[in-house]
Amino acid sequence: MNVPEPFAGESTHSPVRHHILSVLVENKSGVLARIAGLFARRGFNIYSLAVAPSESHARYSRVTIVVDAESAPLEQIVGQLDKLVNVVDITDIAPREAVERELLLATIKTDVANRTPLLDTLGNAGAAIVDVDPGAVTVMLAGTPSACDDLERALEAFAEVELHRTGRVALPRLGRSTPTTPEP
Amino acid sequence: MELTGAQALIKSLEQQGVDTVFGLPGGAILPVYDPLLDSSIRHILVRHEQGAGHMAEGYAMATGRAGVAMVTSGPGATNIVTPITNAHMDSTPLVVITGQVATSSIGLDAFQECDITGITMGVTKHNFLVQSAHELPRAVAAAFHLATTGRPGPVLIDVPKDVAQSTMEWWYPSGIEELGLPGYRPTVELDESAVARCVALIESSERPVLYVGGGTLKSRATAELLAFAERTRIPVVTTLMARGAFPDSHDQHLGMPGMHGVYAAVTAIQRADLLITLGARFDDRVTGKIAAFAPDAKVIHVDIDRAEFGKIRRPDVALQTDVATALRAFDAAGARPRNLDGWWREIRSWQASYPLTYDEPEVDGPLRPQHVIESIARTAPAGTIVASGVGQHQMWTAQHWPFEEPNTWVNSGGAGTMGFGVPAAIGAKAGRPDRTVWCIDGDGCFQMTAQELVTARSEGIPIKVAILNNAYLGMVRQWQEMFYDERYSEVYLSPDLPDYVKWAEAMGCVGLRATNVKEMNDVIDEANTINDVPVVIDFRTDSAEKVFPMVPAGVSNDDILVHPSQRGGAR
Repeated sequence: MNVPEPFAGESTHSPVRHHILSVLVENKSGVLARIAGLFARRGFNIYSLAVAPSESHARYSRVTIVVDAESAPLEQIVGQLDKLVNVVDITDIAPREAVERELLLATIKTDVANRTPLLDTLGNAGAAIVDVDPGAVTVMLAGTPSACDDLERALEAFAEVELHRTGRVALPRLGRSTPTTPEP
Repeated sequence: MELTGAQALIKSLEQQGVDTVFGLPGGAILPVYDPLLDSSIRHILVRHEQGAGHMAEGYAMATGRAGVAMVTSGPGATNIVTPITNAHMDSTPLVVITGQVATSSIGLDAFQECDITGITMGVTKHNFLVQSAHELPRAVAAAFHLATTGRPGPVLIDVPKDVAQSTMEWWYPSGIEELGLPGYRPTVELDESAVARCVALIESSERPVLYVGGGTLKSRATAELLAFAERTRIPVVTTLMARGAFPDSHDQHLGMPGMHGVYAAVTAIQRADLLITLGARFDDRVTGKIAAFAPDAKVIHVDIDRAEFGKIRRPDVALQTDVATALRAFDAAGARPRNLDGWWREIRSWQASYPLTYDEPEVDGPLRPQHVIESIARTAPAGTIVASGVGQHQMWTAQHWPFEEPNTWVNSGGAGTMGFGVPAAIGAKAGRPDRTVWCIDGDGCFQMTAQELVTARSEGIPIKVAILNNAYLGMVRQWQEMFYDERYSEVYLSPDLPDYVKWAEAMGCVGLRATNVKEMNDVIDEANTINDVPVVIDFRTDSAEKVFPMVPAGVSNDDILVHPSQRGGAR
């Protein structure tokens, strides 16, 4: 997968021309490799990708792919993806029509001096402390990608040990979805 | 009825109506070769797995049915990756069965293990690693369904040895619903509004061209094409993959477009105001410089694969369906362009000024390759199937062989696989034993896969092979002459090493040689009388002969180079 360099000062996770593909796939071994391989060989860029068992059926998984619609026309990406036999359904969600969330986890070193400003930062972001030891805390935020961006930037002021983000999952805003393939 | 997985696999192939399997056994596939002894299926034992794959392709292209190849794991499987890739590029229906190490050994680098489903993920329509004997019938039925419907292509079934050895209670899927393919919808409902927009474009066009691709043959739409073309008088071009889709003898046929296309075919596309694209994909060998391709043309794009729409050229109307359905819909709507008299006058003038041509051969030789091809074609019975490798000889055959009916041209288009010709011709002859099958080959191509003539002789498959022996990798030589200041780098092969006649004889074939026109006529006549064993003819041709017309790579089709003898005037 080609991961484009972020522009200086710009969010690494909120590309301007991205699209969200919510892809229902058969829960079979190798499906993720088929999707990743397709994107790699066709030169389509993936910004993030999240996979989990789907709501309806043990037989299916849902893959949420944030694609760079500049790397190739969206219809090309959807058309090629739809040719994968294990892909059952593709819903294309434009960012403005999506409810998007992702999860951020970060471990921050703490001491007497930084505890108060850290608590302020977490409070402002709506983040929670989920683990504590004498020298560090682990915090989490489940929020919009831009809220996660904001917290990530704010945490740069502290001594970070580690920061992970899940990549986003999304659902259409109610009443505005655009299914691109018929339901199975 | 309890069967082993191996028995179930063979029985499943019989259930699919398979009459011929091309293959070569080995350790992991061994169990499957045992029940083959008791089957009605004919197995053709190849000398290299690449041969099995290309034979299955030739069989598929000549019969229109899926070709089947079976090989063992590891190197057996990797040896067939080239044919699989070739079939993927040319949308040829292929079912390839590979042996695999036992499920308990997968991932442990066992002897002759390789991850063939991983390797072929990008070059198959789909592949399966079968996990149990019970699943084998479903995998076989699904593989044939996938390979032959929608946009056809290769499907691979990887069968671990223990799966073939274990037992199952025999069953067979009774319908598509039992194939377990919830994500596979090869056909969509015809979009009537798109049809209406196509009809409107056709009716407002004054310079339309039917740009006919391989999908027209795949959807068996040649009768519909002939009816539509004759009713509308729209000129027809057939791409390399579509040769035979429209009779070459028809006066509306301009010939092949593209890098080595006929001047009138190339130029008609360039000047067209409408391209009616039928199962073609705007390949770079057809378009030349894409920004300069058919600049004034609106585009109707008919394809069964929606991912082809806008991949290269944005269509004005995309119609996702098979070519036959589209043409029937156009006919039902009575689509008819405006008066085409002026358009035809222009086209006729191009045809008159720049026909395909070549210099007459000297009586004492060397032979002209185009003349050899035309001489073979003249004496070949109607319906002869012709196969080729890849390079100059392929282009000359596509240009000069008179194709009159579908499924008579067996060649490697998208992948450009040298060595395709001999095994593909054998596969075609195995599938259509009633037909004469010629392979027009190059000396470079012949050396890549010639050992399959041993297969042909021992299996009683009497093909005829014409080697256009110019002692070079000819197409590379042509590019080095034209674009690399005649600096010939690693392209000389020698006309005498190997001795093709002795080599043919060593493989149990008749070997013949011709160095001048009289010998050429004599050996062609002799070859035509031999119908029990393969014949190989070493035709000594002019090394300096080049393929014209030519649109150099990346150049606009407007800058087509015609034959030197035609370059007096404007071009």
